[in-house]
Amino acid sequence: MSSATTSESTSESSIDMSTKTTGAVIDEAGFRDGPFGGFAGDLRTVRILWRREMVRFLHNRARLVMGLAAPLLFLFVLGNGIGSTGGDLGLYQAFLFPGTLLMVVQGPAVAVGTVIMWDRQSGFLRQMLVAPVRRAAVLAGICLGGTTTGALYALPVLALAGAMGVPYHPRLLLVLGEITLLAFALTALGVSAAVCIRRPETFQIVSGLAMAPAVLLSGALFPVGGLQSWLGMVVRANPLSYGVDALRRTMPDPDPSAPTPAWFRAGPEWWGWAPPVLLELSLVVVPSLILLTLAGRRFSRID
Amino acid sequence: MPGADIAVRTEELSKLYGTREALVGLDLTVPAGQIFGFLGPNGAGKSTTIGILCTLLRPTLGHAWVAGAHVAREAGRVRRRIGVVFQEQTLDQDLTAMESMRLQAELYGLPGPAARAASTALLDLMGLADRAGHVVRALSGGTRRRLEIARALVHGPRVLFLDEPTTGLDPQTRAAVREHLRLLCREHGITVFLTTHHLEEAEHCDRIAIIDDGELVAEGSPGELKAVIGADLVTLRTDDDERVAEAVRGLFGVATVTGPGGVRLRAPDGAALVPRLCAELTVPIHSVTVEPPTLDDVFLHYTGRTIR
Repeated sequence: MSSATTSESTSESSIDMSTKTTGAVIDEAGFRDGPFGGFAGDLRTVRILWRREMVRFLHNRARLVMGLAAPLLFLFVLGNGIGSTGGDLGLYQAFLFPGTLLMVVQGPAVAVGTVIMWDRQSGFLRQMLVAPVRRAAVLAGICLGGTTTGALYALPVLALAGAMGVPYHPRLLLVLGEITLLAFALTALGVSAAVCIRRPETFQIVSGLAMAPAVLLSGALFPVGGLQSWLGMVVRANPLSYGVDALRRTMPDPDPSAPTPAWFRAGPEWWGWAPPVLLELSLVVVPSLILLTLAGRRFSRID
Repeated sequence: MPGADIAVRTEELSKLYGTREALVGLDLTVPAGQIFGFLGPNGAGKSTTIGILCTLLRPTLGHAWVAGAHVAREAGRVRRRIGVVFQEQTLDQDLTAMESMRLQAELYGLPGPAARAASTALLDLMGLADRAGHVVRALSGGTRRRLEIARALVHGPRVLFLDEPTTGLDPQTRAAVREHLRLLCREHGITVFLTTHHLEEAEHCDRIAIIDDGELVAEGSPGELKAVIGADLVTLRTDDDERVAEAVRGLFGVATVTGPGGVRLRAPDGAALVPRLCAELTVPIHSVTVEPPTLDDVFLHYTGRTIR
């Protein structure tokens, strides 16, 4: 290429070169690491989709406020209302704390599913699917994005712990870890539903119908330890019950100076045996992982 | 497996949705470095074909190779070697033109410097250099389409698929997009495979294949296909169409069709017929028009109906 060429022809020959060389680079990498660029390629895909969720989170601060407003309102109104019946206000608010955290991370989990719906509608997803990337990595990236968003939503609630009668204690860091894990499980659930449901309207209805009862029947609002009726059965069958209980057993005592009443930490029991916290967490996370894997298979299938 | 001079080849390619045949035994060969148009009415099987060639759909029967790789057995390889512009817009509304390019480059695993160089050069090539910093949301329809084409090229594909690339664009923008595609073909040796239901669009392709009801009905250059019709359409407007039709049949021995638009007949050299018609017909003639065959005539010829 001579340096005397006009600017226009220079730009054209440079594109010529760049498309040729980049094409060669890709092909070479493709043949060495397999069609999707190997593990490095998968990590790249995950990073791209995770970052996209983060950009969405940062762009949409109104959504953050909305996502926090409803659970906090719920916490303070219900906490105060029930407290006025003569019970211990501070204690009941502290009791609602784990449920509030769970409600807060539910929002981003559903939102991620909705994003998949819109991406499918808008064709963005198809653009991803014709790229040489592993489809499971696409789902993993979206899932991690939703999890991070969930954890970021949980931070302000944890920061407000004092106002809810939960003392600031290093154990809250453990709670943050747990809620991040639960955020992942819920996001995986939302993503799985979004992969299997084609119509955004249906997804909206399904998520709306599933989310509220799941919290209501999880022991987020009332102690479930002694429940024996059909309600007890439903609560024990609801994976979220174990998530709520794990959070409640991990969080610090509401009043360090007085013993915490037994009903406060009475979670779901199996024939008189209370499963340990780690088992409780895996009861939420493992089924979600299985669902996500199945969704990943379905997503990778070419019709 | 086809050689390097063949961009796309299909053998007996078929796709069933349940029992509905969307595509039936398609045999297609697209030479490299050309603009290939896939013409047919809506629902003829064009999008299904593109879906299979882009590895988004699995063929029920048959085989297809794109840029030397098998679409089902070597999907990853095919994906590396093709660029795709879908019918619906697939840009992220909140990104700038340059960010869209960079995202795509990252998705295809281009190293940073190569990604920067290719993005800049392609925006330049598509006449978008001054829009690099603009947010997609603020761009016009034609500009977005050109950005989508630029984006689809960032990894240096050998074959560019475009599904109805000029739908919804005004004629001027349509011409601009066409010109850019022509440039890609000529200067960079990229094969362009586009679908269209616009006859006018197909006229500008090097080769076209006409598809109807999932079956290939004709293939060739627009000129070759029109040569099959072999005759111009002559339309006469007169005082008495019936008498003229009869006279034409008697004098020239050609079949005529009389309709509200006048008397129509087909003749190999329509223009040469005009003076003879005027000289020999006794009924007053108001007008004579001669039209060369169109692709719509070709479509009518093969399918018995018009594409419109």
